[in-house]
Amino acid sequence: MLTNELVLGSSGFAPLDSIYQLVAFLVLMLLLKKFAWAPLVKMMKEREDYVANEIDSAEKAKQEATELLQQHQQMMKEARLETQALIESAKKQGELQREEIIQTARSEAERLKESARLEIQQEKENAVATLKEQVASLSVLIASKVIEKELNEKDQEALIQEYIKKAGEER
Amino acid sequence: MNHEAPIREIFGLHYNPSNILMITVSSLIVFLIAVLCTRSLQMRPKGAQNFLEWVLDFVKGIINSNLDWKNGAKFHILALTLIMYIFVSNMLGLPFAVVIDHELWWKSPTADPLITMTLAVMVVALSHFYGVKLNGTKQYGRGYLEPMKFMFPLKIIEEFSNTLTLGLRLYGNIFAGETLLALLVSLGTGSIVGGILGFPLMIVWQGFSIFVGAIQAFIFTMLTMVYMAHKVSHDH
Repeated sequence: MLTNELVLGSSGFAPLDSIYQLVAFLVLMLLLKKFAWAPLVKMMKEREDYVANEIDSAEKAKQEATELLQQHQQMMKEARLETQALIESAKKQGELQREEIIQTARSEAERLKESARLEIQQEKENAVATLKEQVASLSVLIASKVIEKELNEKDQEALIQEYIKKAGEER
Repeated sequence: MNHEAPIREIFGLHYNPSNILMITVSSLIVFLIAVLCTRSLQMRPKGAQNFLEWVLDFVKGIINSNLDWKNGAKFHILALTLIMYIFVSNMLGLPFAVVIDHELWWKSPTADPLITMTLAVMVVALSHFYGVKLNGTKQYGRGYLEPMKFMFPLKIIEEFSNTLTLGLRLYGNIFAGETLLALLVSLGTGSIVGGILGFPLMIVWQGFSIFVGAIQAFIFTMLTMVYMAHKVSHDH
């Protein structure tokens, strides 16, 4: 009995135990596989995929952001250039317009001066014509008065001078 | 301490109902742990799920240190069951032993050489099976002639000694631990002085037995994968 114990522990040879252990182990393995291992591995795999996806999408988002930033910077640059060009052209336009306005004003002034001169001329001519007419009628009047009064040469002279003076004052 | 095993007979075959009981209890505990840990699986793991995932990763690490994962993935569940079952079995005999009529009923199932040898033979047989299945009979047979032809008899002996050491190492460690525990108990219950002396020793030895039980479960699984790798991988 002692030898038996030392060699085989506390049990005699019991083949059924062996078979039972084998069956129990296999059943336990199958149960673990079905109820614990498979779902857990599936979950871990899902998590792995999820994390990988998240990393991928984060990388993609970052890339997109960089692209967008670049685009915006490009747009800003273009906008600045455009503004500068606009200001430049506006300045040029202003310069041109000023030149034009000055030109127009100058020619307008010239024209006004010209027309004024013409008007003065006209007026002068008119005046001369009127004077001429008046001189004629005055002459007639003087003549008639001379005739009426039968003036002597000295008186006539004096009279004419008087009338001429009068005419000059009238103007 | 000299307890006998309760041997019974059915259909002319002997069996040990204590073993049957303890195997069932161990299997049930392992199954309960596994199911409780995976009851509510979540993408963001917490608590129990973390624990079982850690065990899974640990076992994966054991396999990966011997095989590449392409071949090793199919042994994942085997290794997981082995390490959990053996660890729980080793722990069962530590807190107490139940003795009825000088027959030992509650003990570690792994404190029985027949049980450990059954596991060892199963594992080695599986390694031969997968060796043939994955590499073909020719490659499998050539493994016995490498690296030299005259090594053939040694290789044959190696297979038997591997099996024997795998099973008996586990049995020896656990049985010795339980025997010493039983001795310490008889010391403690023998006299007052013995009780004062025995109590701290008992605590220390139980702590050490937990360590030994964990280590033995790890070693058994590790060696299983080593033998498996030996048979399965082409270049070793």
